[in-house]
Amino acid sequence: MIHAYKQNGYNIILDVHSGSIHAVDCLAYYLITNYEGLDRATLAKSALVEFGDDGISQADIDETLEDIEALIGAKKLFSKSGYGAFVPKRSTDVVKALCLHISHSCNLNCAYCFASQGKYNGERALMSFEVGKKALDFLLENSGTRRNLEVDFFGGEPLMNMQVVKQLVSYAREQEKIYDKVFRFTLTTNGVLLNDETMDYLNQEMNNVVLSLDGRREVNDRLRRTYTDEGSYDIIVPKFQEFVRRRGGKGYYMRGTFTHFNTDFLTDIKHMADLGFTELSMEPVVGPSDSPDALTTEDLPVLFDQYEHLALEMLERKRRGEPLTFYHYMIDLSHGPCLHKRVAGCGSGTEYLSVTPWGDLYPCHQFVGNEDFKMGTVDDGVTNKELLNEFAGSTLFSKSECQGCWAQLYCSGGCAANSYNTTGSINGIYEYGCELFKKRIECAIMMQVADANAK
Amino acid sequence: MKRIVTMETRNMSTENGGCGECQTSCQSACKTSCGVANQPCENKAEQE
Repeated sequence: MIHAYKQNGYNIILDVHSGSIHAVDCLAYYLITNYEGLDRATLAKSALVEFGDDGISQADIDETLEDIEALIGAKKLFSKSGYGAFVPKRSTDVVKALCLHISHSCNLNCAYCFASQGKYNGERALMSFEVGKKALDFLLENSGTRRNLEVDFFGGEPLMNMQVVKQLVSYAREQEKIYDKVFRFTLTTNGVLLNDETMDYLNQEMNNVVLSLDGRREVNDRLRRTYTDEGSYDIIVPKFQEFVRRRGGKGYYMRGTFTHFNTDFLTDIKHMADLGFTELSMEPVVGPSDSPDALTTEDLPVLFDQYEHLALEMLERKRRGEPLTFYHYMIDLSHGPCLHKRVAGCGSGTEYLSVTPWGDLYPCHQFVGNEDFKMGTVDDGVTNKELLNEFAGSTLFSKSECQGCWAQLYCSGGCAANSYNTTGSINGIYEYGCELFKKRIECAIMMQVADANAK
Repeated sequence: MKRIVTMETRNMSTENGGCGECQTSCQSACKTSCGVANQPCENKAEQE
């Protein structure tokens, strides 16, 4: 199976099962995209008709067909799956990452919040140190041979419970020495409570911080408002700018959400770059399809255009020496995830779990609030083995719609929560997400081709 | 004339990988959409 597309003047062929990527000229593109539909002689003849006036000779066509056949022989083009429906290496009794819901409360009232303003359809609460400590102990004791353990402080708004964040980080640092493990911390925040002391602490202890900002003032303030119904932009932007300046190059992402109200999200990305933020992540809103901010099918052409222009913008900025990072365009073609990871998926419900303020375990933050998905507690561990096995068995091969999709080894079947919310099954697919993902990956790969071409 | 340029890509084989050290994508910047392909491999031996 191949995927052929043209973007920014490049002709790109993806060979799905080998993961090979070829940048080709127009003749090769024509021959490859018609290769399986015509016999060799007819194909060569039609290519001569198509390109003969452009100075292409029979010898050129024959030589290119030989190159194509060599790639097929090397299993880098039109390759069949060499692996079949295998069970990816993944242990169901190893946990390596926790999302700690440090706070089920929030000091903003964002209209689109998937967590119902931080409460996940439940009561407001702050996680106690005791519950958090048990969560870290659970992680340490069940991490097997994994040395790098990831903990992200999430919510709600984690800065509303900063004391416990600090206590847990201190505890984790002690345990690192005993267990010979390394904790990598991330914290997501809306920025409202950032002050000097908190900024300095987070810069010292957090490997990564995720800072929520949607872009232009009018865009951000349409949906990200305070409980006194004021916009948050003027409160958070100066704080974020100072925070990032002090961060001195340590990892961060400005994390924006685009909705039906700002399908021209490239303008918001440029605005954030103008504010001095170079590490960016912008994601489509997820939520009920009947919500006024929900993205529609009619929005797709606009969004596709925005993604393509974003890629061009980033190439231009790089050329100027002012590069931007966009999370979904980050891709390492030669050292990306292995086949096992690509088949296994994101890790939710197995190696990655969410912990509520009460110590309940869920497959990930997006399932919290739905009691059907409670997996256990920090006291008892994962007790719902049926659910554990369901998530462990939810691989690329358990999603029937993914089998004919060219993006399968990049997407890994997509987000389990989006699948469940759309179809009622974690093995379904969220088609809208598929469309956006495929466009993003096409853009990301085009940028790699462009970079290679520039060298 | 080189009409086909093949990029260097990771070998998709069941025989390598599976160490489990890679970061869960939601730990970084997504949280609402999956980006497995955007993650790097964390296995140092694989990178050499």
